[in-house]
Amino acid sequence: MPARDDLKTILVLGAGPIVIGQACEFDYSGTQAVKALKACGYRVVLINSNPATIMTDPDLADATYIEPLTVEMVEKVIARERPDAILPTVGGQTALNLAVALAERGALKQYEVELIGAKVQAVRTAEDREAFAAAMRRADLPICAGGFARSLEDGEALLEDVGFPAILRPSFTLGGEGGGIAYNVEEFRDMLARGLDLSPVRQVLVERSVIGWKEFELEVMRDRADNAVVICSIENLDAMGVHTGDSITVAPAMTLTDREYQQMRNRAFAVIRAVGVETGGSNIQFAVHPETGEMLVVEMNPRVSRSSALASKATGFPIAKIAALLAVGMTLDEIPNDITRRTPASFEPTLDYVVVKIPRWDFAKFPRSEPLLTTSMKSVGETMALGANFREALQKALRSLDVGIAGLETGGEKVSLDRERIIARLRTPTWDRVFYIREALTQGMSVAEAARLTRIDPWFIEQIARIVGCESELAGYGIDDLPPRLLRRAKSWGFSDEQIGRIVGVDPLRVRARREAMDVRPVFNRVDTCAAEFEAFTPYLYSTYATSCEADPTDRRKVLILGGGPIRIGQGIEFDDCCCQAAFALKELGIESILLNCNPETVSTDYDTSDRLYFEPVTLEDVLNVIEVEQPEGIIAQFGGQTPLKLARALERAGARVLGTAPDAIDLAEDRERFGALLEELNIPQPENGMARSEDEALTVAERIGYPVLLRPSYVLGGRAMVVAHDEEQIRRYVRHAVLASEDHPVLIDRFLEDAIEIDIDAVCDGERVVIAGILQHIEGAGVHSGDSCAVLPPHTLTDVQLKTLRRYTADLALAVGVRGLINVQYAIKNKRIYVLEANPRASRTIPFISKATGIAWAQLAAKVMIGMSLLEQGVIREVSPGRVFVKDVVLPFNRFPEEDIILGPEMKSTGEVMGVDDEVGAAFAKARLAAGGSLPREGTVFVSVNDHDKPASIRVARDLQRLGFRLLATRGTAERLTGSGLSAEVVYKVNEGRPNVVDHIKNGAIQLIINTPLGRASHFDEVALRRAAMRHRIPIVTTIAGAEAMVEGLRALRTRELEPAPLQA
Amino acid sequence: MDGILLLEDGTAFDGCRFGARRAAVGEVVFNTSMTGYQEILTDPSYCRQIVALTASQIGNTGVNERDMESPRVQAAGLIVRELSPRVSSWRAEGDLDSFLIEHGVPGLRDVDTRALTRHIRGVGAMKGIIAPTETPREELEQRLAAAPSMQGCDLVPEVTCAAAYDWAEGGAVGCRPDERGSAPPTSRPARRIVAVDFGIKRSILRRLVDVGFAVTVVPASTAADEILAREPDGVFLSNGPGDPAAATGAIGTVRALLGRVPIFGICLGHQILALALGGTTFKLKFGHRGGNHPVQDLATGRVDITAQNHGFAVAPDLPEGVEVTQINLNDRTVEGLSHTGLRAFSVQYHPEAGPGPHEAARHFAKFRALVESSVAAGEARPAEAPVHV
Ligand SMILES: Nc1ncnc2c1ncn2[C@@H]1O[C@H](COP(=O)(O)OP(=O)(O)O)[C@@H](O)[C@H]1O
Ligand SMILES: Nc1ncnc2c1ncn2[C@@H]1O[C@H](COP(=O)(O)OP(=O)(O)O)[C@@H](O)[C@H]1O
Ligand SMILES: [Mg+2]
Ligand SMILES: [Mg+2]
Repeated sequence: MPARDDLKTILVLGAGPIVIGQACEFDYSGTQAVKALKACGYRVVLINSNPATIMTDPDLADATYIEPLTVEMVEKVIARERPDAILPTVGGQTALNLAVALAERGALKQYEVELIGAKVQAVRTAEDREAFAAAMRRADLPICAGGFARSLEDGEALLEDVGFPAILRPSFTLGGEGGGIAYNVEEFRDMLARGLDLSPVRQVLVERSVIGWKEFELEVMRDRADNAVVICSIENLDAMGVHTGDSITVAPAMTLTDREYQQMRNRAFAVIRAVGVETGGSNIQFAVHPETGEMLVVEMNPRVSRSSALASKATGFPIAKIAALLAVGMTLDEIPNDITRRTPASFEPTLDYVVVKIPRWDFAKFPRSEPLLTTSMKSVGETMALGANFREALQKALRSLDVGIAGLETGGEKVSLDRERIIARLRTPTWDRVFYIREALTQGMSVAEAARLTRIDPWFIEQIARIVGCESELAGYGIDDLPPRLLRRAKSWGFSDEQIGRIVGVDPLRVRARREAMDVRPVFNRVDTCAAEFEAFTPYLYSTYATSCEADPTDRRKVLILGGGPIRIGQGIEFDDCCCQAAFALKELGIESILLNCNPETVSTDYDTSDRLYFEPVTLEDVLNVIEVEQPEGIIAQFGGQTPLKLARALERAGARVLGTAPDAIDLAEDRERFGALLEELNIPQPENGMARSEDEALTVAERIGYPVLLRPSYVLGGRAMVVAHDEEQIRRYVRHAVLASEDHPVLIDRFLEDAIEIDIDAVCDGERVVIAGILQHIEGAGVHSGDSCAVLPPHTLTDVQLKTLRRYTADLALAVGVRGLINVQYAIKNKRIYVLEANPRASRTIPFISKATGIAWAQLAAKVMIGMSLLEQGVIREVSPGRVFVKDVVLPFNRFPEEDIILGPEMKSTGEVMGVDDEVGAAFAKARLAAGGSLPREGTVFVSVNDHDKPASIRVARDLQRLGFRLLATRGTAERLTGSGLSAEVVYKVNEGRPNVVDHIKNGAIQLIINTPLGRASHFDEVALRRAAMRHRIPIVTTIAGAEAMVEGLRALRTRELEPAPLQA
Repeated sequence: MDGILLLEDGTAFDGCRFGARRAAVGEVVFNTSMTGYQEILTDPSYCRQIVALTASQIGNTGVNERDMESPRVQAAGLIVRELSPRVSSWRAEGDLDSFLIEHGVPGLRDVDTRALTRHIRGVGAMKGIIAPTETPREELEQRLAAAPSMQGCDLVPEVTCAAAYDWAEGGAVGCRPDERGSAPPTSRPARRIVAVDFGIKRSILRRLVDVGFAVTVVPASTAADEILAREPDGVFLSNGPGDPAAATGAIGTVRALLGRVPIFGICLGHQILALALGGTTFKLKFGHRGGNHPVQDLATGRVDITAQNHGFAVAPDLPEGVEVTQINLNDRTVEGLSHTGLRAFSVQYHPEAGPGPHEAARHFAKFRALVESSVAAGEARPAEAPVHV
């Protein structure tokens, strides 16, 4: 059955901003789907609010709407574009939920559009846990015992059968959000209440615990002729009870006999048929009892998922692309396997290597939350590695994490040697448990005991024990007497040079030299879907210590692009977008693009993004290995964020040519002292600052420059561990406890600019000319990390003189630093004076946003500059003025960390961003807010409680709100100020002042919007309770006055007109 | 590294020996299944072959009695990338190393099996020898030269049973009502069939019992008259090793049975049926061995993922009356044939799985249906059309 010809236009639904549980794997899947549908000749319309995606590149779809993914907006797009069909299976849970909502509104019927990939009925059956359970029962497929609660009473009744621990799983939520494990009644009630609130259908599955059972996943595809195949089996190292997104996972499954595996496969097909997913990819999870083999179905996702991205990268089988083709009616046997070319896609990939995925967490950003792993996912990214055996893949994946470990070594906190503690650490799943397993085995714990404590299959523990054994063998030698056989074994078990260097006490490069002298070198094998049975035509490679190399490099001109590794807060999808753009630019110039990265979620690790793909850790050793076989003419290290950037110097030292801005120039911008001197020379102001190596010194510096001051350690980037100190006491606390300032690790101290406007500028420089790509004015003042603030392009309140100065400073800086390529400069404007906060001579987080706004692919342009094409040659010599207003808003992950306070500060916490586009700021802001998942109340009551500093400004905001018809509610102090200014505001109790208090009102639904700027330490507790209640009940809350002002603009815009969608291409 | 694999073309691979400490000669073939090493090793079709497994870590789940496809290890040797030092499975009763020692079969581990696979893919399956590293090269070469090549080799006598026996055990893997392909145990009256043993697997026998057959297994040398004397309702032709064209006795027997009783053949049984019907077979470059081969039914278009294990194939130009029913989508070779008039059909792959996917198991039910309609039609009819051989 060839592709359907009764369809002309297809609407693809994107996944929106990156959030925990729904990350850039949906850019990968959406991009594949759009490309595949276009190639079939369909007109493709795309809607996605996330501008930092390849899928929203204007040349990809025929019409691209960067608009909020609300059902109203999607309906408007449908009305404008009149698609024949909607593909909802490549945009995660967001797209599925939208599809169901569209069906429920009758929009599908009204506009005669068909859902392809998954029908509403199938989506409901899979996502509604009750319907799913019923379908499983009908098909005689065992599931876990439990029942459904729609109220607290239901839940308590269920508890009698289920007992403790009880597992709570809300319907239609994402990544286990709102779910958890309850060990006592109190926890149960609390969790159930939260789960009911978070489930869009107020339904929570309360289930008997099968914690400790083995967890498996199968990635299945089915076509409309009912042919079904398993693309990949995945075994979770961490047993049931740890969300698969938070588990270390392994492909293929390692501990199943054929008999059990085939049973699982049969059941997976039975599930997909019972649910009624007609075409496409689905993910089915199973729990298996480790001693009896009893097998339960845990859940199924009727769509492309995080695991299918992983499975695609692990096997070379492009699940999303094939899913799109199946959705338009093709069958598996009609689609060729891109890799072998002569065999069809109707087969099951077979692996002759082992794949390990390790999640990447950012617990340090959420200090109040316990770093425990449960059924609710908390990781923000992941790395994957391929190796000849589990040990090699595990260690490669560990060093890919970029958390300062080079393999399975002492990680996390400094391990105490106390046995009791180790036992406790093994029992509790935490992100760093694998390091404690190592520690336990090193101390002589048996494999069986470690397996019993961790409930990890002994097979995996044995593998870790072998790594530990090899490590202790290595420790018996020095670098010069290291036996070649041992070294070869260590390398083939994934030990990095750095790790070996640490064990034998030498520099990693010495290990490398010694290793090469002994001719112990890696080779590159191909990921070919078929274990070498057929020839592979795609150069998708991974390193291993085997006998024959399949890299087969070409003799073309070629450039190596280094990717960013795992997504984490501060280094997100934006950098992957830039790396892909670099590959596209090279392709255009006829230069071979070689990508190196280790993140399975990304477009950059799709085998057809670049000419050649090396799925490797982004570390010096692994990059040098690729350079050795490929001999590229240059390396692009400035596009993937800090991870590759910090390799630039060492690569240069090793003789590689780093393209674009030279490593020394990068250092000039990053080294505080050198940069300070340069600014002085250029006569560009920066906030007064100093450096301190001790507590006393810190106090002296702060005294000199004046409070408040901004403190940060000199050695961490990405706004980590930054605080604002208002007095000596705060400095002391920070220096003593937080960072332990020392000779080697000085603390940087800046004058903190209060009430300053922050500006982000991106520019491209070719050495002669500087072209401004875009100027973003932040809505929140300086002090809120640029990654967390809303921003507007073009700036909405700056004067021409200010803009002129900003441009001049940027150009002067770019030329003086010696930038060849991209530079990002952050400024603060206070009392009309412009200060430089920092300059980053590399791709920045804002480049994709600006590219979408200006219609110019700045990263591509910059890549060409780095190859040696001037801006003039490229015909770009002037700043372009965007025709409309573009607002960036962000999403914050506090729903996953309910213990945290949600206020913003200089440390970045957001996971993703969205864009709102319109003709004026208010509407653009409103769109951005909606896109970020916020709601904009059209009427009701606003609660206002602001600190003294913000009180004057709050009057303006309150007046505007009152004019818009909102009722005002305020705490005493704020209310006095408001009534004193002629506004009518009712007083409400703070939490500790009496009842009913503000939290009661929130819970009763009597408040629709909250404006609350932090009051400081005195009333701290009260405030945190307030903000948490707001989060929990999904009441929009604004924590800065600037944010409140923008909110008012947005509300006003909503009053005056409807928000209308418009495509980028218009 | 104390062991070596030397191929006929002079290529050598290093490894460490495990299992029985002896040398072994055989045709070196690779199998791409990721599960089922025990079933593979005990499948008689691997007689005189050294099997290299492409999956990288082998032995993880140990061995157990239930997963034996025959009473012993049939492969001449095993080559793996890595052997697991630990067994982890609730069903395990032993480990792979001891198992091979017990069965006197040598293994070689730490071999770059991907390089070996690519080599065989390039030049074709060939003879090889596993031996201790220190064995003189000439000795290895002599032993290689002395070993017969697979082409023209009738290996059935080596694996067939010595005497007829009845098989009554059913309960093939994954026999659940929801598992498409395998029919539920039937309550219908048992039909009697004779299974001709060219090297039969237990999974096949169990599947036959599961669809309601009373099975008598007979040696491959059993003459057609003897088979018919048992008054079977149908005859099953099993899988087995070697060159089908060399199994002239079996071909003759089948020819004599054609038209007199419904026939179902698998693998070697399929090839022998084709030869008996007047077709020809040829040797594939490196064969099909694995659990992921797409086979399309030409009548319905549906695709099954199948388990395969064969080095020879049936040529597509078949005599009139013989219909190619299924093909392999990877290389379009013949995967199934049938002769409606003669009530005979066969498949090249392994619908019984063990190891491998189960969806093709419906062919057993199909055989049962064929037998049923034949019984219903009264006496076994004489051949309707003369067979030209
Ligand atoms: N009954 C249970 N007992 C123990 N753990 C469970 C149970 N049900 C689910 N889990 C765990 O919770 C995780 C999340 O559940 P799942 O239904 O897959 O939610 P999601 O839709 O977020 O993927 C699973 O990966 C599994 O580890
Ligand atoms: N001197 C300062 N006064 C006020 N805010 C500042 C100052 N320096 C930095 N910030 C705030 O801290 C944030 C992070 O600082 P920055 O130097 O940009 O670190 P990063 O490397 O994480 O981007 C900035 O976006 C800005 O909002
Ligand atoms: Mg799940
Ligand atoms: Mg910054």
